[in-house]
Amino acid sequence: MLLIRCPYCEEERPELEFRNAGEAHVVRSANIAGESDDDFEKFFFIRANPKGVIYERWRHIHGCARFFNAVRDTVTDKFVMTYKAGEPKPAKLPGAAK
Amino acid sequence: MAKAAAKTKAASASVERRPALAGRALSAPGVKVEMLPPAERISLRAPQASIAALSKALGVTLPAKPKTSATKDGRTALWLGPDEWLIIDEAGNDPLADCAKVTALHSAVGISHRNVAISVTGPAAAMTVNSGCPQDLSLEAFPVGAASRTILGKSEIVLLRTAADSFRVECWRSFSDYVFTLLSEAASDAAN
Ligand SMILES: [Zn+2]
Repeated sequence: MLLIRCPYCEEERPELEFRNAGEAHVVRSANIAGESDDDFEKFFFIRANPKGVIYERWRHIHGCARFFNAVRDTVTDKFVMTYKAGEPKPAKLPGAAK
Repeated sequence: MAKAAAKTKAASASVERRPALAGRALSAPGVKVEMLPPAERISLRAPQASIAALSKALGVTLPAKPKTSATKDGRTALWLGPDEWLIIDEAGNDPLADCAKVTALHSAVGISHRNVAISVTGPAAAMTVNSGCPQDLSLEAFPVGAASRTILGKSEIVLLRTAADSFRVECWRSFSDYVFTLLSEAASDAAN
């Protein structure tokens, strides 16, 4: 079983307490009604789906119930780091090659 | 009017509350699983600025540290999230009434009858709960007083360690048959 660090509970907890909530840092337009169809499609449907490092929203649903962000490697399924919702995308990842 | 009121009173006298699974208990070597008596409960949400006023009104300091609880005079406040607590009162006092006096921003919802509580006690208590709960329940990771919302099998529970070999399992009453049965089976297994 994977252990995921919840930034609110401040410890690693079993994955069964968590739920994935899709890609993180997808910014909703302040003027969503004025968006072109193409831009709305990109915002609403198109996701990066990378092979490798992905930034995701997760929710500690059966714990503190908070949403937070996680950096995960889609190849190894290893969690690189987690951080609170609203915090900026980390500029540097721990253990990342230059 | 007086006659009507008298009638209503007579009718209500026959209404008896029957808590889910009341009186159910299972004893296995090393662990006992039993339903706990009804209690008053509220779900409390509040921002940082309201914590002091609510703690004063409730008579128990709302814990700020994750996975902890605080108990005073039969009332326990369990940290569930950064702005969320479960208050359990076993002394027969109403925490909802105490919160109603507080003017600071908060949300207090009475959930006394939404939850039921099951006690799991004995040397094999941690092993019994662990049969369906994936958390580390060693005394180092989950000491006496530790509290957490988590899962037990397919049901969400709130777990409180009341003593080294004693847990209080809170679950929604509609899940209580499942939770009690799972714990009973686990208790029988833990004995072997
Ligand atoms: Zn958490």
